[in-house]
Amino acid sequence: MVRTMAKDLPPFDPKQALQFFCQHGHSGWLGLQYSDHGEDWVELELPWREDLLGEEDRHVLASGPIVSLLDMASGMSIWHTKKVFTPIATLDLRVDYQRPAKERSSVLGRVECYRITRSAAFVRGIAHDGNRSDPVATMAGVFMTIDKDPRSDR
Amino acid sequence: MTGNADLDRFLTAYARSLGISVHSLGDDGLPVLTVEFSSIIEGRPGAFHGGATSGLLETAGYAALRAILQREDRDPQLKPINITVQFLSAGKRKKTFAQGRITRLGRRNANITVEAWQDDRNRPIATAVMNILMADR
Repeated sequence: MVRTMAKDLPPFDPKQALQFFCQHGHSGWLGLQYSDHGEDWVELELPWREDLLGEEDRHVLASGPIVSLLDMASGMSIWHTKKVFTPIATLDLRVDYQRPAKERSSVLGRVECYRITRSAAFVRGIAHDGNRSDPVATMAGVFMTIDKDPRSDR
Repeated sequence: MTGNADLDRFLTAYARSLGISVHSLGDDGLPVLTVEFSSIIEGRPGAFHGGATSGLLETAGYAALRAILQREDRDPQLKPINITVQFLSAGKRKKTFAQGRITRLGRRNANITVEAWQDDRNRPIATAVMNILMADR
């Protein structure tokens, strides 16, 4: 059984995995960093950077990179909760922006995977800039957990 | 096209560094944005990162709103309220386009829908709905 084999592998390690993911690609370009994790959640950090700004006249991060941060933290929370890396695909992701991030401040994305079914994983989380009770944004998403992405056949 | 450089200035530093630019103006006068596939766009090997797709959609939503506001001689500060992205199919190693449409333009809030596609506009790879708040400067 696949599940037995997966148990033989070392469990998914969010910190190690992120270092691997960030060697290249979009996450690498954003410079995402591991921050913290718990039983069913992972927190990543998006460092402040001049070329990721969303406005001409203010030094706050654009909203686009915050979606990327939360998307990545979502995937990490799913793999961490399942204890194994399997291909997943984002179906739906919603982000509500409560306020701009502080000037020149990095943003943390903390996402928990609160439910996994055979084919779906449900996540929710926040983006914050230091104080989790005063979030920059809240998010909710649904991912497909699959052995092979059926959408790639389209 | 003369309008493009003018509209490019509405792109954020983030959009420009991701490689997003104005491709053309649609029949409705709203900008069609484009981004080439590159390593900084990549999520799973050979596919768009969901965050990069979302960034393109969001930028196209803002560009559409700016174009409409310019027609009405309005120049408010734009603040994001929310975005919901539906991922329909994997974005492949291809040039990708996106265009927004203003569903409703109010005084303080705009409701916007956005579509992103690759080869065939009738088969979008992702769609988004957004609310953007407009504040007087």
